[in-house]
Amino acid sequence: MKPETVNKLKISANAAKYDVSCASSGSNRPNSGKGLGNAAPWGICHSFTEDGRCVSLLKLMLTNYCIYDCAYCANRKSNDIRRTTFAVKEVVDLTIEFYRRNYIEGLFLSSGVIKNPDYTMERMVSVAKDLRIKQNYNGYIHLKSIPGASDELQQQAGIYADRLSVNIEIATENNLKMLAPDKNFDSILNPMNTIKNKIIENKEERRKFRHTPRFSPAGQSTQLIVGATPDSDKHILNLAGDLYDSKNLKRVYYSGFIPVNSYDKRLPALKEPPLKRENRLYQADWLFRFYHFSIDEIVNDEYPDLDLEIDPKLSYALRNPWIFPVDINKASYETILRVPGVGVLSAKKIILGRRYSKLNLSNLKKIGVVLKRAKYFITCNELKAPTINELLPENVRRILLKENRPVKQFNKSLYKQLSLFPVN
Amino acid sequence: MNLFIYDQTFEGLLTAIHDAIDLNIKPDNIISTKSFQDDLFATKHFISTDSDKFDKIWNQVKENSNEQNCQRIFKAFLSESSDIEMIIHDYIKLVIDTPYNVEVNFSEDSVLKLNNIQKKVGSEAQRVLMFVRFQKTTDDIYYSSFDPKYNVIPLTVNHFRNRFADQKWVIFDTRRKFGYYYDLENVREITIGKQKIDFGTGKVNDDILHVSERLFQKLWKSYYDTINIKERKNLKVHMQFLPKRFWKFLPEKDFKMKYVLN
Ligand code: SF4
Repeated sequence: MKPETVNKLKISANAAKYDVSCASSGSNRPNSGKGLGNAAPWGICHSFTEDGRCVSLLKLMLTNYCIYDCAYCANRKSNDIRRTTFAVKEVVDLTIEFYRRNYIEGLFLSSGVIKNPDYTMERMVSVAKDLRIKQNYNGYIHLKSIPGASDELQQQAGIYADRLSVNIEIATENNLKMLAPDKNFDSILNPMNTIKNKIIENKEERRKFRHTPRFSPAGQSTQLIVGATPDSDKHILNLAGDLYDSKNLKRVYYSGFIPVNSYDKRLPALKEPPLKRENRLYQADWLFRFYHFSIDEIVNDEYPDLDLEIDPKLSYALRNPWIFPVDINKASYETILRVPGVGVLSAKKIILGRRYSKLNLSNLKKIGVVLKRAKYFITCNELKAPTINELLPENVRRILLKENRPVKQFNKSLYKQLSLFPVN
Repeated sequence: MNLFIYDQTFEGLLTAIHDAIDLNIKPDNIISTKSFQDDLFATKHFISTDSDKFDKIWNQVKENSNEQNCQRIFKAFLSESSDIEMIIHDYIKLVIDTPYNVEVNFSEDSVLKLNNIQKKVGSEAQRVLMFVRFQKTTDDIYYSSFDPKYNVIPLTVNHFRNRFADQKWVIFDTRRKFGYYYDLENVREITIGKQKIDFGTGKVNDDILHVSERLFQKLWKSYYDTINIKERKNLKVHMQFLPKRFWKFLPEKDFKMKYVLN
């Protein structure tokens, strides 16, 4: 490893940092005998950046040269920036050395497109292959597939990687074509389909032959940029829901648009990235995946965009006051989950705890229910406080907004999402 | 007043609880020999640790609940908190005396207390997995210091053994002055003298630091500095997730390194 690697590393990391799909969870590759590393199914953060994001993977671009010209990307070919290309061995060595020091859970590798998609993808696959075969490395590997690369290469990638992703970035095809003229939905959805089918096939095979190597055991994910185009939250969430269903995605990441090419007039001029909207989308995503909500209950024609002031669950509750108050000692798990201030863990504890004795307020508090929110939406053994129906939704909204310090709330919930509910 | 005095070990504590149940005495306190101060007016029971008695209690708890619950009790013990003995006593007695599995009955005080403590211990152990940083030494041992609030290094050994099976490593608790060494075959408990390691900063002395070590620390710090997105800066959250007490062990947070390296 040579000292000039420091410069390459800086250029490459800087180029790769806007990709937010960096969780290392979902795989449980064991250490094969006496090799190096294993993938922990829950993922581990090894550091936090000053913007509060978890650092878990070494996120690099194999090269930030690119023959394409996507408007939202810092590495587009028309930008005059410092560029660099890693040798395969350099990336392999960096990964191993960082991993051995417990700096990282593994590698997230993407690349600009050089020459053509196949050539680029082939080099990425060699990194993963060398790590697995030459270095006997069993830590986490995420490869960002190159749209347009051959099925054969997608397949090889899946043999060595724990997770594959193909980023859609823009939620409507017309807008995608406008901003990224070299791409279209097909070039993204086709590899997703290939990966999905391979994963299903592989599961079948593994059922028959236990020693068949796994194919992308942590599944696949994608990323959507939010705020670069006028697409509504309703549109974005429905697309996400559709991808979870039809492509079996493990995660959809939402990334608040950061204007890196402010000269490009096809893009909006934003004062700051829409971080709050990004967070609301993650919360909504959580609601339909883990809280038994349907997307239509969260966003619909009447409410196409999420309320930025309050979280989508509270927003739902205020719009549907008639389902409250919920009797904590009688209601079903699904209903209890709809109470603002009650999370998945506390809902489960309520169901368990009420078997032994009726729960009262102090029990709920101990269980972890946020009473100052929940109290307007529940009744329990002793509670006779005014609920949403006496106070009226608009007043509850006002009270809760006053009590809430949104900044703190925002980040806490995001972190919880990433750490408490590993996606399996 | 009944005082039970045990030898600081977990086995000792469970032996004490066994004896208390056997004698049908509710102890007023159970304390370790380390924190014991003679009390003239108390009836003192000096416990001699007995692995059969330990097994008996352990198995009874397991039968009335499950293995995980036993692990929870052990984790709570590692908190070293001053009232932990009585919390564990009350909890174990409750588990043994109740015909159903009480482990999730949070309306019981000892269930709640024990769970809260073991959760804190668990998250401190998680922090060890997150923030341990190995420094490679001249004899190819990957060394790391840690200064955990609770005595959690024992909980992390398996993780590191599985993950780093092909490298020799040491994890040393600078607060409790003991650690573990993995020699590619087994993990052993060890102590280390002050000469080779600065217990304050956790750093290995220069003369035994591998030639490549500084380069990788520098690479890591450059990487860390680069990936920060300044438009998203949020120091409050940063401090919440990465509390200052861990910084001294993290090369990426080592401000002095800038001068040393550039
Ligand atoms: S293909 Fe990827 S790297 Fe190239 S310009 Fe588009 S987004 Fe950027």
